[in-house]
Amino acid sequence: MIDSQKIRADFPILSQTVNGKPLVYFDNAATSQKPQVVIDAEANYYKEINANIHRGVHTLSQLATDAYEASRHKIQQHINAKFSHEVLFTSGTTHGINLVANGFASFLKPGDEVMVSALEHHSNIVPWQMLCEKTGAKLVVIPMNETGELIRSEYERLVSDKTKIVTVNHISNALGTINPIKWMIEKAHEVGAAVLIDGAQATPHLKPDVQDLECDFYVFSGHKICGPTGTGILYGKEAWLNKLPPYQGGGEMIATVSFEKTTYAELPHKFEAGTPNIAGGIVLGTAIDYLNAIGFDNIAAYEHELLEYGTKRLLEIEGLKIYGPEVSGLTQKTSVISFNLDGIHPYDVGTIIDKLGIAVRTGHHCAQPIMDFFQIPGTLRASFAFYNTKEEIDALVEAVKRAQMMLS
Amino acid sequence: MTIQEIQNEIVDEFSMFDDWMQRYEYIIELGKSLPLIDEKFKTDENIIKGCQSKVWLQGEENDGKITFTADSDAILTKGIIAILIRAFSNQKPSEILEAKTDFIDEIGLKEHLSPTRANGLVSMIKQIKMYALAFEAKN
Repeated sequence: MIDSQKIRADFPILSQTVNGKPLVYFDNAATSQKPQVVIDAEANYYKEINANIHRGVHTLSQLATDAYEASRHKIQQHINAKFSHEVLFTSGTTHGINLVANGFASFLKPGDEVMVSALEHHSNIVPWQMLCEKTGAKLVVIPMNETGELIRSEYERLVSDKTKIVTVNHISNALGTINPIKWMIEKAHEVGAAVLIDGAQATPHLKPDVQDLECDFYVFSGHKICGPTGTGILYGKEAWLNKLPPYQGGGEMIATVSFEKTTYAELPHKFEAGTPNIAGGIVLGTAIDYLNAIGFDNIAAYEHELLEYGTKRLLEIEGLKIYGPEVSGLTQKTSVISFNLDGIHPYDVGTIIDKLGIAVRTGHHCAQPIMDFFQIPGTLRASFAFYNTKEEIDALVEAVKRAQMMLS
Repeated sequence: MTIQEIQNEIVDEFSMFDDWMQRYEYIIELGKSLPLIDEKFKTDENIIKGCQSKVWLQGEENDGKITFTADSDAILTKGIIAILIRAFSNQKPSEILEAKTDFIDEIGLKEHLSPTRANGLVSMIKQIKMYALAFEAKN
């Protein structure tokens, strides 16, 4: 059970007012707010153990290294990776995807296919387009239907022995669709293709089990799960990470360097060139501890309640249309409501409700192909977290009604 | 009137409003009353980049002055364009280039000047000045 009042007290930012109104923060799919324990942990790192890691023999360096590696271990357990060296620290989801896409340049040749889905965020489209331009491989898109779900029969038809990698999000950022990734991974493996899962929108709501999924890569961002910005994780199966060439050269990622030849370090250091975001990596572990203490089952159940309530309340507004799957059970959709008012531009509504203290995202949500599919300029997206409340949803509904009155 | 005089007039008008609601309602009214742009000017070339809503801006030179017409698919954006057109249309290129834009802040639309890519006021002003620069260079 979630005691939202108790939880809200953990997040200092939530008690402020915006434009004279209590802040209603419904832009959680863009980034989550941070609890006090995370904010404190970031400060404490700099106050108590700041030092460069993996090189010094002095005490502080060892303390910082231990804390960093303990966090890696914690994340390994959280996602159920087999080894902690399969867990790489990155600056975020985008970094993880680029690292893999870049590495695949050495495996692809003209005629090969890279498969993305129609539901992807730009950051899971563009790096693969760049890869295709570089290698002559072809980008193939898994289409979606009117309710924003991938068409399974089309996927089965498209995936073939030409497919070298399938890259798809676990959950759509624009619509909240939960994709059938376990089944998709199975199908891809049948033809020998690797699979990367973009878990940026999934990890705030559920605990992925990478061994159960059998995905080859799973990427996510720290800032969306109550952690610091500029942090993220790339999980990769050991065999794949050994096969991929390093992404960046520099300190930390080498075993030996001479002007004739450099040998690379073992995993995970091979992919972690330079001084990383040490504080961020450590504090990401703190954030994951915080979420696990609340419990992902509790989070999912509570957020689903908010999704059902929000959907019902918003649909009371005449001329309001919601995009994406129907809400039915926990497996279809996460707590994201993407909507528009008939005849009114989402930007206008977003601007007015911001004046009423309500933060939603407006626009194409970095997923222009989805907006083109629905032939709309964008949507308003309200995305709920476990620290939101039904009262805040009521405030959203009132604000949207007021905007509708002003704008029509 | 000079650009400065028009801007002062706009600031005076907006100072009559007590709160943001009234200001925005007025901007919506301005948006609705913006003269229609000729459909032939609503081309991709005339779209101002950097706006979350679509904005088309067309400038034409008449007797050494530039006349602007514009449109947007969002009504608040359209209202803001109406304010800009009132301030800058039918003015000499050199005067447009020299004109200040602080009045936007003074009428309580500062948030529209923020560099979040969501709103295009900065891009609109830039485009108006680009037209002025182009016409001045031509003469």
